[in-house]
Amino acid sequence: MATALYRLIKYGFQTFWRQRLLTVATMVVILLALLVFQGLIISGVVGTTALNAIQDKIDISVYFKLNTPEDEILRIKRELEGAEEVKAVEYVSRDDAYERFQARHSDDETITQALEELEENPLSASLNIKAKNPEEYASVASFLESIVSDELVENITYNQNQAVIDRLGAIIRVSRQVGVLIAVFLTVVAVLVSFNTILLGIYSNRDEIAIMRLVGASNLYIRGPFVVMGIIYGVITSLLSVLLTVPIIFLSSPYVGLFIPEMDLAGYYMDHLLALISYQLAFGVGVGIISSFIAIRRYLKT
Amino acid sequence: MINFQNVSKQYKHSDPALSDVTFKINPKEFVSIVGRSGAGKSTLVKLLIAEEKPSKGRVIFGHYDVGKMKSTELPKLRRHIGVVFQDFRLLPTKSAYENIAFALEVAGRKHNEIDDLVCEVLDLVGLSGKGENFPNELSGGEKQRIAIARAMVNRPDVIVADEPTGNLDPMNTLEVVNLLTQINELGTTVILATHNQEVVNQLSKRVIVLENGRIVRDEEGGRYSLT
Repeated sequence: MATALYRLIKYGFQTFWRQRLLTVATMVVILLALLVFQGLIISGVVGTTALNAIQDKIDISVYFKLNTPEDEILRIKRELEGAEEVKAVEYVSRDDAYERFQARHSDDETITQALEELEENPLSASLNIKAKNPEEYASVASFLESIVSDELVENITYNQNQAVIDRLGAIIRVSRQVGVLIAVFLTVVAVLVSFNTILLGIYSNRDEIAIMRLVGASNLYIRGPFVVMGIIYGVITSLLSVLLTVPIIFLSSPYVGLFIPEMDLAGYYMDHLLALISYQLAFGVGVGIISSFIAIRRYLKT
Repeated sequence: MINFQNVSKQYKHSDPALSDVTFKINPKEFVSIVGRSGAGKSTLVKLLIAEEKPSKGRVIFGHYDVGKMKSTELPKLRRHIGVVFQDFRLLPTKSAYENIAFALEVAGRKHNEIDDLVCEVLDLVGLSGKGENFPNELSGGEKQRIAIARAMVNRPDVIVADEPTGNLDPMNTLEVVNLLTQINELGTTVILATHNQEVVNQLSKRVIVLENGRIVRDEEGGRYSLT
């Protein structure tokens, strides 16, 4: 068995090297398919981060009247935290609000002076509520209205921004769905193109396969070298794909950071380098092996 | 050893390629199967090596019922039969040495044994110095001798040569026929399918004549004429 395996690997490398033109042509197509595949993974991550960043900026704030007791606000906070749709609730006390306001307007002398002239803190305490899903803000808002009496509330921002929040929610949902559809479509295209290229390569070897059969080669000896070649294609193209992508990632990372501050593209790429190589190896080697099996099947009948 | 029992072969939308063909070939025989183009010689060879299945009748080789063998069993059968074709059918990406060694490697022979046997047959066909050459670097006669070397290296029970001299000049034809005779003298059965009268008449061995898919003559020391 070890001898047979050694021979299969030897034939695989031999054919790979001796049919260089065919090999290079096949690998270029697989490489392009892998670049598309890798691009899909990376743009998926960038897109998701961007959508999450937008989603994170949506919230509902409830501003309480100045005389609302803190205990009452904390009770409402606890109730909200118990609700299924709610992801997080942040309590901003009147003092916190004052400090934040001061910090935000520290450069504006007029506002700083006006604040100092006031004897009492004019700002309300508030709760900032984030929903798990941007489309659940309507139900969070109605739940909120059901547990908070109108006498305590100064203002609920959802009522002012309802149209924008709903539209953003819909945009995020559709963007995710379209993203998945495009990813699936392009992956299928990449797989089919790679498949066809390998199939054509094997088709051009059909006479050799017939000769091998006539000489008494078993299916293992005929399939084996093509499978080995499929593995070589996968390994070389996935490494090339990573080598070609690294400079592009490092060059584009600062620009991506400008648009999506939450995204460190270069950091993500290096952290996930092994996983990305593994995905591409699985793609390249998988396509190589499966297409070799399918293509040769028809030539092994006689 | 080889037994064709009432074998017929009918391809779709054409006249029968073989009709009710019956004959036996004994071990160590040299048999020429002759006839014009389209007489059924190649079909007969294809049935023997299981490239085609008979429409009727049985093809027996040793203990194999060839027509009933599954595709996965064919490699075993083909290791008992060395085949030589008019178009040589060498693997273009393998050198002459590798083409011959391949037949041994797929049969599971050991490396040292392979080296000895390949060198031996290369010597026998007179191409010791051409082992490293690829098929496109060899002449027609050399390619055919390499094909014969590959066919015989596994010490098969029978060598089937289908028009082996069809693409060769008279000098190379003579060399190939001499090689086949030599192989037969070493104890291997040889079946030569040809339409070359001179070759057949020079051999003076058993001749089976096919016409329109039927055997019209089968005689020892026979001759072949187109009349």
